[in-house]
Amino acid sequence: MEPIKTFTGKVVAVPVNDIDTDQIIPARYLKVTDKAGLGQALFSDWRYQADGSPKPDFVLNRPEHQGASVLVGGHNFGCGSSREHAPWALVGAGFQAVISTYFADIFRSNSLKNGLLPIVVDENTHRQLLSLAEEDPTTQVTVDLESQTLTLPDGRGVTFPIDGFSKHCLLNGVDQLGYLLGLEQETAAYEAGNPRRVDTALVAG
Amino acid sequence: MTSKTLFEKVWENHLVRPQSEDLPAVLYIDLHLVHEVTSPQAFTQLRERGLKVRRPDKTLGTMDHSTPTTPRNQFGVIPVTDMQASAQLDVMRKNCADFGIPLYDLGTSKQGIVHVIGPEQGLTQPGMTIVCGDSHTSTHGAFGALAFGIGTSEVAMVLATQCLLQNKPKTMAVRVDGRLDAGVTAKDIILAIIARIGIGGGTGYVFEYMGEAIRGLSMEGRMTICNMSIEGGARAGMIAPDETTFEYIAGRPAAPRGADFDAAVAQWRRLPTDDGATFDHEIRLDANDLVPMITYGTNPGMGMPITANVPDPDKLSDLSQKQALDKALRYMDLQPGQQLLGKPVDVVFIGSCTNSRIGDLREAAKIVRGRKVAEGVRVMVVPGSQQVKAQAEAEGLDQVFKDAGAEWREAGCSMCIAMNGDQLAPGQYAVSTSNRNFEGRQGKGGRTFLASPLTAAATAVTGVITDPRQLVSEREYA
Repeated sequence: MEPIKTFTGKVVAVPVNDIDTDQIIPARYLKVTDKAGLGQALFSDWRYQADGSPKPDFVLNRPEHQGASVLVGGHNFGCGSSREHAPWALVGAGFQAVISTYFADIFRSNSLKNGLLPIVVDENTHRQLLSLAEEDPTTQVTVDLESQTLTLPDGRGVTFPIDGFSKHCLLNGVDQLGYLLGLEQETAAYEAGNPRRVDTALVAG
Repeated sequence: MTSKTLFEKVWENHLVRPQSEDLPAVLYIDLHLVHEVTSPQAFTQLRERGLKVRRPDKTLGTMDHSTPTTPRNQFGVIPVTDMQASAQLDVMRKNCADFGIPLYDLGTSKQGIVHVIGPEQGLTQPGMTIVCGDSHTSTHGAFGALAFGIGTSEVAMVLATQCLLQNKPKTMAVRVDGRLDAGVTAKDIILAIIARIGIGGGTGYVFEYMGEAIRGLSMEGRMTICNMSIEGGARAGMIAPDETTFEYIAGRPAAPRGADFDAAVAQWRRLPTDDGATFDHEIRLDANDLVPMITYGTNPGMGMPITANVPDPDKLSDLSQKQALDKALRYMDLQPGQQLLGKPVDVVFIGSCTNSRIGDLREAAKIVRGRKVAEGVRVMVVPGSQQVKAQAEAEGLDQVFKDAGAEWREAGCSMCIAMNGDQLAPGQYAVSTSNRNFEGRQGKGGRTFLASPLTAAATAVTGVITDPRQLVSEREYA
């Protein structure tokens, strides 16, 4: 994974609460066996007409919002299904961060493993960002992961939370699988001390 | 000794390395369930890095999400006509074969929905950690296991290392006192809980359901409740194991036998939350107050008693809540203040990992028996597994549904996820026993009312949304 340190990006608002992962990418796009092209399916049911052409009034289709890399959603972004296709679709469509007042647990966890920053802000900042993005499509924010700071267009910096390990992994491009593989001895010791509870071979098809 | 909750005991028993200031806990996983939709990219990652599956003996594959549930052809084969789904199923077969993972292939005798087959085979046991690339893995918490959904990156981690990195969640006690009236079910309890706390209310928490009403439920009812923990935002929901749990597990294929079973039960009896253990939060409901529930909106938190009227956005003070309800009612094409009772529907779906077990089908059949499906309504009954299907057929339930004019289908996720050919047409209304009523969840433009199998069956025979208490009172519930 590419390290992330700081970036500046254009903000687009999708001011809907409880955006579930079925909206982010509907299940019919989940019959793939790789990650290619999922960005095209992002918000598919909101973004395209029945004939597949873009809905001109949907915010992500408007010309002034092209190139946005920071998405501000409503409260409780990413609820529902555990599909990692949701962050894959967002990353595939060019997003580097999503901002909300809070995120669903699985979506947040999946995002952090794909270099997509889930940034939690307070309600006031959230409201401010939503209106800024709607009023001025050129609105930009700067994210500095090291200092956990989101800098707003007026220069105000707000800090955002992130767990230390995820931050370390993102800053250094470390992948969590590599870390777990390094714990072979401890894992083997755990296994030696804890008998197997079930054996799937006994109930093989 | 300090008092601990059920969750804390299971968590602590699985720490390969405890959580520290800088690092999440490393949690050992006892059982990893794998299906065709969220695993291919994980296996690709293993291949790219030259890794093996560490414990195929703790891993089981099934096919459920993208599989058709259409009846078998003359050769006994369930035909897969969707080329993309067919290719995905082939990849699943190859992955399981290459990495030595047992697989329940489409149409074989043990195949079914991932959260139906685990408990059915006796693989789901108290005190275990269980994960799957599916948010409804919370289902297995009904046995006192810590079970939660993971993403595909985490699927790769568990395949390769049998471990996960996790920050310790908070705990919420969800107490349901009292007793359920006839016609009111586990599904109504969980819909009422989610209506109370909202779909984000459990974010960051693991639920423990407790109280007289929970203790009185069958294992299937408990699974229905834990299944929908994620619809309240909680990644996991748990219920302390008791005699009902042990009785359910005894004799199942993967369950311990004889003296081993007795020893296991002795261990399991130590799992329930100790007196004096504390939770980060607690909520209470009284089952005596509950009536059948139904959703009116586009998330599972938008639910109400079936006898109530659709709420009015103008009566909400919070602007974003008002906008959300407004948007939902526009999508559902419902009016504020409208009654849902008596509203015609196009489809009734009885199935999904929430309500497709034998007990659910028996309940539905009690209402359908001797009646006919209403004119113009499509009724799909989709057993959760091939074993459920076989059991239902042995009891003649398939004939009850077929005689009434309902479709009796093969096992799978079916119309819960609408990626397998089973779906609503735009604008159609469905009463569904599944778990999500999100926009388009059951087919683009489709409109879903979530309810219990009893409510679904009552609606199937009347053609309009119906309070099942009207029909069950005429039958053996009286």
